[in-house]
Amino acid sequence: MSTLLFAAASSAYGAKIHTPHIDYLSILPILIMMGGAVLLVTVSSLFRQVMGVGSATFITVGTAVATLVAALFQWDHVVTHGAKVTIAGSIAYDGFSVFIQIVVAIAMLLTALIADGYLKREGIDGPEFHVLAMLSASGAMLMGSANDLIVIFLGLEILSIALYVLAAFNHKRAESGEAALKYFVLGAFSSAVFVYGIALVYGATGSSNLPQIADYLSKNVVASNGVLLAGLALLLVGFGFKIAAVPFHMWSPDVYQGSPSPVTGLMAAIAKAGAFAALLRVFVSSFGTLRADWQPIVWGIAILSLVVGAFAALVQKDIKRMMAYSSINHAGFILLGVQAATARGVSASLYYLFAYMFMVIGTFAVITVVARDGDFGHQLTDYRGLGARQPLLALAFAVLLLAQAGAPFTTGFLAKFTVVAAAVDVHSYALAVIAMASAAVAAFFYLRVVVAMYSPVGAVGDLSDRDAGELNANPTLVTSPANVAVSGHGQTEAVASLSVLTEGPPTSAVADRMVRVPGLTTVAIGLSVGFTIVFGIIPGPIVDFAHQATLLFT
Amino acid sequence: MSTTPFPFLTVLVLIPAVGAAVVALIPRQRVAGWTHEAVGIAVSLVTLAVAVTVLVRFKTHFAGYQFISDHIWAKSLGIHWSLGMDGISLFLVMMAAILFPLTLLGARAKRDPRSFVAWVLLLEAACLGSFVSLDLILFFLFFELTLVPTYFIIGGWGYARRGYAAIKFFIYTFAGSAFLLVGMVAVAFLHQSQTGVLTFELPALMHTHLSGTAGVLLFVAFTAAFAVKAPIFPFHTWSPVAYTEAPTAGSVLLASVMAKLGTYGIIRFDLNLFPQATRTLTPVLLTLAVIGILYGAVVACAQRDLKRLVAFSSLAQLGFIVLGTFALTSQGLTGAVIQMVNHGLIIAALFLVIGWLYERRKSWQANELKGLQWSAPVMAGVFTVVMLASIGVPGLNGFIGEFLILSGTFIVHRWWAVAATFGIIIAALYLLWAYQQVFHGEPTERDKTTRDLAWSERLIIAPLIILIVFLGVYPKPVLDRITPSVNQLIAHVDQATHTHQPPVATGQSASTAASGSDSGSTPGAGGAR
Repeated sequence: MSTLLFAAASSAYGAKIHTPHIDYLSILPILIMMGGAVLLVTVSSLFRQVMGVGSATFITVGTAVATLVAALFQWDHVVTHGAKVTIAGSIAYDGFSVFIQIVVAIAMLLTALIADGYLKREGIDGPEFHVLAMLSASGAMLMGSANDLIVIFLGLEILSIALYVLAAFNHKRAESGEAALKYFVLGAFSSAVFVYGIALVYGATGSSNLPQIADYLSKNVVASNGVLLAGLALLLVGFGFKIAAVPFHMWSPDVYQGSPSPVTGLMAAIAKAGAFAALLRVFVSSFGTLRADWQPIVWGIAILSLVVGAFAALVQKDIKRMMAYSSINHAGFILLGVQAATARGVSASLYYLFAYMFMVIGTFAVITVVARDGDFGHQLTDYRGLGARQPLLALAFAVLLLAQAGAPFTTGFLAKFTVVAAAVDVHSYALAVIAMASAAVAAFFYLRVVVAMYSPVGAVGDLSDRDAGELNANPTLVTSPANVAVSGHGQTEAVASLSVLTEGPPTSAVADRMVRVPGLTTVAIGLSVGFTIVFGIIPGPIVDFAHQATLLFT
Repeated sequence: MSTTPFPFLTVLVLIPAVGAAVVALIPRQRVAGWTHEAVGIAVSLVTLAVAVTVLVRFKTHFAGYQFISDHIWAKSLGIHWSLGMDGISLFLVMMAAILFPLTLLGARAKRDPRSFVAWVLLLEAACLGSFVSLDLILFFLFFELTLVPTYFIIGGWGYARRGYAAIKFFIYTFAGSAFLLVGMVAVAFLHQSQTGVLTFELPALMHTHLSGTAGVLLFVAFTAAFAVKAPIFPFHTWSPVAYTEAPTAGSVLLASVMAKLGTYGIIRFDLNLFPQATRTLTPVLLTLAVIGILYGAVVACAQRDLKRLVAFSSLAQLGFIVLGTFALTSQGLTGAVIQMVNHGLIIAALFLVIGWLYERRKSWQANELKGLQWSAPVMAGVFTVVMLASIGVPGLNGFIGEFLILSGTFIVHRWWAVAATFGIIIAALYLLWAYQQVFHGEPTERDKTTRDLAWSERLIIAPLIILIVFLGVYPKPVLDRITPSVNQLIAHVDQATHTHQPPVATGQSASTAASGSDSGSTPGAGGAR
């Protein structure tokens, strides 16, 4: 049919339209992921009555595994045959893109496992959840492979539009709709900014193709590059929005809080993976020659994200809001690798994305189950006593939180170490020190959750076995001036008021009952914790994987 | 693998780590209540046995690292699982290996022994790992790993203000480490730019050539972390509250073992990596040490709370260790190393006795306790010995360290040594005064009924007393093992600081440095100038 049309067209106008040669292998994982989504939506429309959540999950998991296998095959292929660009130069087929495919495929796999229990618990009947999740995953994967600004935008929109709908997916919760609306309005706005950025860059360089832009910039010295820099700035704003970097982060606490918990995990993992992949490719590889112009801006954004993320998280009572700010802090860390703009920086960012994906999805898996029926138990008080009731779940959560804090012998530490090393490598010492200091602040709020889990539900202000009289006598004996200064200037009060956050009554009356952990969610949490610890103790394989992915960067 | 020697140090680190996991996995139900503690004590005793084996097999007059095990850990990051031990770390490892089982025996948890024992064992693994790491990042990992168990030990089993103390401890130490990590990475990259090899191994990095400014900045970055951990004045403000609010086990381990991570870090890393910066900043560190000694002693005089008193006395003692280190003489540094061990033993004994006293009387206030020598003569006797050792009475171990430190400092930095000596006099004042308050005087009814140390407690404290006396009377075996490594380190510092002298002096200073006599080389270089 189409050949007939083409034949007619060419004969009518006398010119043959050259369709690019399509190297299907280079986009195989994306095709599988999209195909899975199409398959699932078709099958579920045809067999609505017999299709339950379980079979939709089955198809999704199958698709994710197939995508992963395809990506691993690609990896093998790229390692042996080298990197190349395909489909008229719009798709990069290199270690970097395959790395992102693998990260996103695993994220999809874990999310499908978690969502299964969530959908059943909430009574949401819908293969559409899985369909949309797969579509957004394919968008993130496309962003990772994109070698052209237009294709990046395509991926960005596929990713985002599916996520807007997913954010609203739990129609029983008003917050869910609010989150989706906020995300949509601001997201659409940032997309518009991003497109405008593409237009300006195209106007300044004459191409939207990344290697051609790089080529143009290396051959021409643009005397007045105002348009180019404006385009660059707008692109950065668009990316900044997707990765939730300060000052483009305003949406993230509300959206993280309102979205269904499995969606939040997915959003945090793949939106970051896709957007950072594109950001790295555009800025480090195409606009590498202009790094003197954009590095200071990224430096500033990184510091703001690190500091605002760490400090704002301190005062959150809602764990999902806290995780939103923690994710902003993590974005700041990954920006350290971007700011370095070196091979070491790229590989550090990739490693960080991989490690963070497991940590954040695992964390949101626990948040999903602890939230209970209705997805509402997100106060820190809801975590009190979890350690006594469900020690394994609490232990898993503690490991994931400590890993995010950068505890030694977890992937979380190595992730922080690699990006800090990348920053030090390019002599960004101040940035590196601020990042580590922000990690100290961040550790504080992660630990607060851990402490809440391991303290009994009713215990408020227990004085253990020390007399009250002694306590009253004690402050007067503090003769060290430094101590007096500290306790006199509100540090004690600040700490006291922070510890109040974990006290008080929990959200629900059933808070001290056991929460049910579905089998598939257990598998997802187990995989996350396993990865975080095993590859924290044996870092070689994943670190070398990220390193090698960077070497095969086109 | 068949030719490689048995990896003693790896085993030494792994036994408590695996033990911690095992204890954490033994269920609470279905086993007797004491199971977890028994397993924990058994694990720590096995660790001690390995440590003793290492001590026996240690080659006495060998200055370099022994029992080396070196495996690539993360190739593209240049991190090695590189463990080794010399005379400087040998006795710190021994001290830690001895104190952990004693702490588990003598300062048991009031509740939830399973988690408590697991955290203590993890802390033991982290401390031992820090003392034997030769790779900078590996050291950092273990150094940071100590924070997590300590946070939970203070926050979970501490006294009234435990939450505040735990957070303050955690934030201070973690913030200090921020500089340390950045500094470590920077050194490795400087080394890479000079040699093309990315490695974090100390033996390779210690020959990195650093400009004056870079060296000083890196020295400051490293020392920030170690000064907080030790603590050195003025980074000590977390320590009194942490020592006081921690449970007895926490106080013992914080003050005896973990404080030494800071001073050990200075000796192992600052002196090896930045010898020139060490020389440049010696006056600053000596001054801080002396201020710490005098300030700690004076503030300790004003304490009526025994735990706070010991906390501030510890600050003064650590000042001595820093003083000896930065004297940069063989005697001073040897004194600092041996004083680390001595102080660990002394303060562990002090905190254990004070903890037992608290169990009986629910108080640490010296003015609420009186005349306990009548009702608890053994406790009074133990306290006397430990207190006298802490003051530095000849014949007990404290004397050896303080004497070496002061004489080593006096040779090169006379007035700092003189000022520090006042610290000893004040130490005698506050400790004797505290002893008078608690053990002398007319006992009240409550004091008369206070139980003396039980047999189990006497057995726990006995090894410490024996070591305190033994090291005081016959320190030679310990000094024999410490001195070669110390001399080598001093020679390294001298050699590095002299390479900056005019070429005429190089040959001369190299020969004097090789002979290991630092006092001879200093005027030699001065003459050439």
